[in-house]
Amino acid sequence: MDAAALSGGFANPAIDSARVFREVLQAMARPGRIARISGVGPPPGLSPAAAAVLLTLADDTTPVHLAGPCDTAIIRDYLRFHTGAPVAARGRAAFAIGPWEALVPIIDYPFGSDEYPDHAATLIVEMPALAATGARLTGPGIRDEAYLSLPEIAPFRENRRLFPRGLDFIFTSGDAIAALPRTTIVGAR
Amino acid sequence: MSGYNFAYLDEQTKRMIRRALLKAVAIPGYQVPFASREMPMPYGWGTGGVQVTAACLVPEDTLKVIDQGADDTTNAVSIRAFFARVADIATTEHTRDASVIQTRHRIPEAPLREDQILVFQVPIPEPLRFLEPRETETRKMHALEEYGLMHVRLYEDIARHGEIAKSYAYPVRVEGRYVMDPSPIPKFDNPKLDDCPALQLFGAGREQRIYALPPYTRVESLDFEDYPFKASRPDHPCALCGARDSYLDEVVIDDAGGRMFVCSDTDYCNDRRAAGHRGEMAAPFEEMPE
Repeated sequence: MDAAALSGGFANPAIDSARVFREVLQAMARPGRIARISGVGPPPGLSPAAAAVLLTLADDTTPVHLAGPCDTAIIRDYLRFHTGAPVAARGRAAFAIGPWEALVPIIDYPFGSDEYPDHAATLIVEMPALAATGARLTGPGIRDEAYLSLPEIAPFRENRRLFPRGLDFIFTSGDAIAALPRTTIVGAR
Repeated sequence: MSGYNFAYLDEQTKRMIRRALLKAVAIPGYQVPFASREMPMPYGWGTGGVQVTAACLVPEDTLKVIDQGADDTTNAVSIRAFFARVADIATTEHTRDASVIQTRHRIPEAPLREDQILVFQVPIPEPLRFLEPRETETRKMHALEEYGLMHVRLYEDIARHGEIAKSYAYPVRVEGRYVMDPSPIPKFDNPKLDDCPALQLFGAGREQRIYALPPYTRVESLDFEDYPFKASRPDHPCALCGARDSYLDEVVIDDAGGRMFVCSDTDYCNDRRAAGHRGEMAAPFEEMPE
């Protein structure tokens, strides 16, 4: 194990993760709103925002899928040491993390059942940048409309059609995060 | 606060509750099961709300707790003191100064803002429970969007009483999908659930359920075209502050049938009296709390 994987966690886990969660909660409640989170020093290949979300939410009860360039030895070690989360295949994942091209197709992940729609994965999408432009968002959590630089449009529309089943998305870039729950209606701009 | 982890709960428990909260926000009105913990207070005293609040708090928060609208009842005072001790956060009785408000059975009269979170204590989260006692069946009914039984119940009220007789815990439909129990708030408060700028979270400790209403979510009270929903209140002004737009408690004041109607929201009533409003039973002079 690379010693670098042992460092880079929260300095004060109870307080730091509370602050991160509050931003993630508000991001999920207000789709498209971009917030900044910090507190961790992740290994290369993982953004500080994505690492902070994982350290706040993942533990030994939540299998995590590492997609594409996020599946490196040091990221596996970092995840295991700081969260205890097992690394899993797509079909068993509670969380999946990676760039969009490595995560798709989204139909591979658990999207819940009609009786338990909450048994669905949350995808953490690493983005080159996040901006309040591009796809037009409406639905719960949004007063009039919001815009977010989504990587694609069609898969999110497919996801909306599954409601109440479906995946929920957290987008990360550097220390920025935004979210897109399954309820959001995605339109072209 | 030495001796306690921040906000009392251990980190593993908070992560579990936080994951449930995110799914609850993503599926508005759907009850997410969670592994509710024993809390240092009995079930029925707000253990669900306390766990949700504990999972959401940050050190910068200012917490307000109300019980039936009042800041000064045992339940509200105890929960406020609990979090002041285990999370070392500021507390307030003013709706406008609070960032998190935990409530038992009321929504404050003052309009809520985007930077506030309202946490409801919920006794029975399942709106269909008294119509169908089996969890396996109610779960199926929600999955199939089969809410006919609820409409029959409301119709029977009209047949028997000439109106829908439910005055609290009046069922709502969220975004045209899930039927949800808004907790035992008076139906007077139901319209405040709709299109609310604040995030609304619901915690049921004994029943182990968490659910949520994201901001600006469509929340409709169930009704019929010819018997539309009406948010009612006693037809009196508040005896202390004279308000005609607030929800009132009826207080018996002697053994000869005397009674007075006062605002259930104590902060709202105090604010109005501090601003000079007087009801018919107001003291001629009173010193207002800060």
